[in-house]
Amino acid sequence: MKQIDLVIVGGGPAGMSAAVAAYDSGVKSILILERDAHLGGILQQCIHNGFGLHRFGEELTGPEYAWRYEQQVYERKIPYLLNTMVLDISPEKVVTATNSEEGVFQIQAKAVILAMGCRERSKGALNIAGTRPSGIFSAGTAQKYVNLKGYMPGKNVVILGSGDIGLIMARRMTLEGAKVHAVCELMPYSGGLARNIEQCLNDFGIPLRLSHTVVEIHGKERLEGVTIAKVDENRRPIPETREYIPCDTLLLSVGLIPENELSKTAGVPLDRVTNGALVDQDRQTAVEGIFACGNVLHVHDLVDYVSEEAEIAGKSAVAYIQGLTAERTDIPLTTDGKIRYTVPQRITQKKDVTVFFRVADVYRNVTIRVSDGDRVIYSKKKLKVAPGEMESITLRPDQFADAKALSFALEVK
Amino acid sequence: MIYDVAVVGAGVVGGMIARELSAYKLNLCILDKAHDVATGASSANSAIVHAGFDAKEGSLKALLNVRGSELMAQTCRELGVKYKNNGSLVIGFTDEDRETVELLYRRGVANGVKGLRVLNAEELHALEPNVSKNAICALHAPTGSIVCPYELTIASVGNAMDNGASLLLDFEVVGIEDGKDAFTIKAADGRAVTAKYIINAAGLYADAIAAMVGDTSYTVHARRGEYVLLDKESGSLIQNTIFRTPSKMGKGILVSPTVDGNLITGPTSVDIGEKTNKATTPEGLAHVMRETRENVDGVMYNQTITSFCGLRAVGSTGDFIINIPRERFVNVAGIESPGLSSAPAIAEYVISLLKESGMTLEKDPTFDPIRAPMHAFREGTLEEKNAIIKKDPAYGRIICRCETVTEGEILAAIRQNPKPRDLDGVKRRTRAQMGRCQGGFCSPYIVELLAQEMQVPYESVTKFGGDSYINVGKTKGVD
Repeated sequence: MKQIDLVIVGGGPAGMSAAVAAYDSGVKSILILERDAHLGGILQQCIHNGFGLHRFGEELTGPEYAWRYEQQVYERKIPYLLNTMVLDISPEKVVTATNSEEGVFQIQAKAVILAMGCRERSKGALNIAGTRPSGIFSAGTAQKYVNLKGYMPGKNVVILGSGDIGLIMARRMTLEGAKVHAVCELMPYSGGLARNIEQCLNDFGIPLRLSHTVVEIHGKERLEGVTIAKVDENRRPIPETREYIPCDTLLLSVGLIPENELSKTAGVPLDRVTNGALVDQDRQTAVEGIFACGNVLHVHDLVDYVSEEAEIAGKSAVAYIQGLTAERTDIPLTTDGKIRYTVPQRITQKKDVTVFFRVADVYRNVTIRVSDGDRVIYSKKKLKVAPGEMESITLRPDQFADAKALSFALEVK
Repeated sequence: MIYDVAVVGAGVVGGMIARELSAYKLNLCILDKAHDVATGASSANSAIVHAGFDAKEGSLKALLNVRGSELMAQTCRELGVKYKNNGSLVIGFTDEDRETVELLYRRGVANGVKGLRVLNAEELHALEPNVSKNAICALHAPTGSIVCPYELTIASVGNAMDNGASLLLDFEVVGIEDGKDAFTIKAADGRAVTAKYIINAAGLYADAIAAMVGDTSYTVHARRGEYVLLDKESGSLIQNTIFRTPSKMGKGILVSPTVDGNLITGPTSVDIGEKTNKATTPEGLAHVMRETRENVDGVMYNQTITSFCGLRAVGSTGDFIINIPRERFVNVAGIESPGLSSAPAIAEYVISLLKESGMTLEKDPTFDPIRAPMHAFREGTLEEKNAIIKKDPAYGRIICRCETVTEGEILAAIRQNPKPRDLDGVKRRTRAQMGRCQGGFCSPYIVELLAQEMQVPYESVTKFGGDSYINVGKTKGVD
């Protein structure tokens, strides 16, 4: 069996950034396995701009952002295989994959980085009543048709869900001559970035219908229309508010799900909230030597943060392979519900740790508080927090050194 | 050309009959109004091979169910179709239910069902720990099995075609003219075929077809059944197919693993006046989920992959309607549950009726009952897979990541009888687009493969024919 120090599953932004960081930290035996025909992952179809502001201080398109990392991979001659699908990862880090040239093959890795990204929630998962005509697409699938294949999925569009891809596609379809009649959002607030609501909806006069959902699908062959309705505070549709909108296309942007089917084959335990692996500050999962980063770990707002997280995973995988570690500890991080989750969920070494987290609702005038029992070790005030925007704080070892557990809480005035 | 036999309806019943007939020296055609085979009741039902204890003693349903259940394993082997003998349980919650369980036991024994046993609560939960703790008894039928209904249909039509039968799709029969020795069957689009015999396996529309030759002795109406299908992660929650004891309201909601490893729950049972309403309803889906939860613990509906509604063809006589009302015309109508289970036996029975009626049937020595299996690659060993990939690199390219379906498998399916012409056709044959992302990632590629193989423009590929287009045209600035 082929032996490779570090196998990276996925050649998107997370996989490439992890590979570059690992290479620069001293491990040269690396292999990236990418299922698509090119590196870059989903960025290749994200032809809009807005990527890289944090990372490169300029606005790039998706393919441009990907290219920055592709170049680094090429310059370092980091090996990668395209059109290669990983079928299984064992807890012992045997990676089984397949492609046209080599058939089904296996690699024994010292460390594995999971960087498979995420998928969109499908219509089926929503259980919307009605018929099953053509014309219903996830926003990302429509994006692929328009941006990569050069075909228009439809002309009269309703979008369910105000996730970022949905907002981006509202603008994209409009620019291509389609009429977007409404973006319906089940929640009383949007899950997308504020700048996308401004630039993709408001600038084009596309109505955002908050607390609305699609309750019925009409049309025998091609979609002919949808019935939408307002929902009450328990998110149940209010029958009197039913409204029929004729349309030939329904795009769904109703959430992203980390693709952890492979992680499960490796026995990696998952967080029920993030649907990603439970990890420590190094992005190491509970299975030794298996790391995770990017959208397979938790869904990020910006690719810049994906790259940043992947560097942590890449460097840590090298430290693991080389047997280097800081002083050990074991501190679980817990949340209060207003804070939905943290990544990492555990601190295992005494070094600076940046903790990312998401809140459950829109809150104003809040205090973010981290405590060890009754002892507050960190607190910070914020004017507004929202589920669509990930938060982060950095803790130093002297703050948490002796802690038994760290609880993350949000105090709302 | 004058066909010897025209089979109207390419569902599982028409498919199995056509296959059986293709073993004889006959010119055969199969007609269906849809864009593909297996698009009616055979595309959306519970996928169960019933053991045969439900139908009343002496009925055609009882006779053909038990016989069909016996034939099914062999039929599936020949056709390369997945089949699993997983057993079934009818669970009861009350003393009244217990009486029903015992009645079903006696009925099953009378029908000739093998291996039936009445279980007490302890035995039941030892067998199926996730069945509701409130269940107190069950009828266990070890011969109960599962099969994929559209796969069986596709394979039987395909095998009939491999043995010489013609398939005419988009052929909506609107009239039948009775010549002296043959019928002229006319389609809505102006086409016509001539055939000496007609097998009327038109499902929901069998009554309309029969009326075209003057037989108005029965009617067929639609019974809606809504289902919710769950991810493979839920597929091993139970091993057996779990039924609730039947009441006046019907057989109730069943919970079953599928041959592909998913969990199916449903159906509702609502009679309707028209024959096209396949829309799911909030009430129907809620009903399925509620009753499922009563019967089995731990069903997680957040793992729902899709929901759908099937229409069962319910005949007006209460039993299967299989007869020859006039010369050279055979009704195979009202084939509701246990229709799938009975299909191989129905085919056998129709042949015997034809023989009795004086039709000359001469065996065709070139008949080959074996169809190249659709799952050879998927189920192969690592070495076998690598040998195939070496010969054809397309088998090394995964197109559908959720169900790990390769380009090689999709191309093979597109080239095999009966050839799919749309996205749903590829889905039913290969499972590509049937997984948790529901085609989100792979459908643009499959459209490309279809367009390429059929040599048609990309935007002309549909989801299931007719007006079910995927794309309206090119984007700006694309030539």
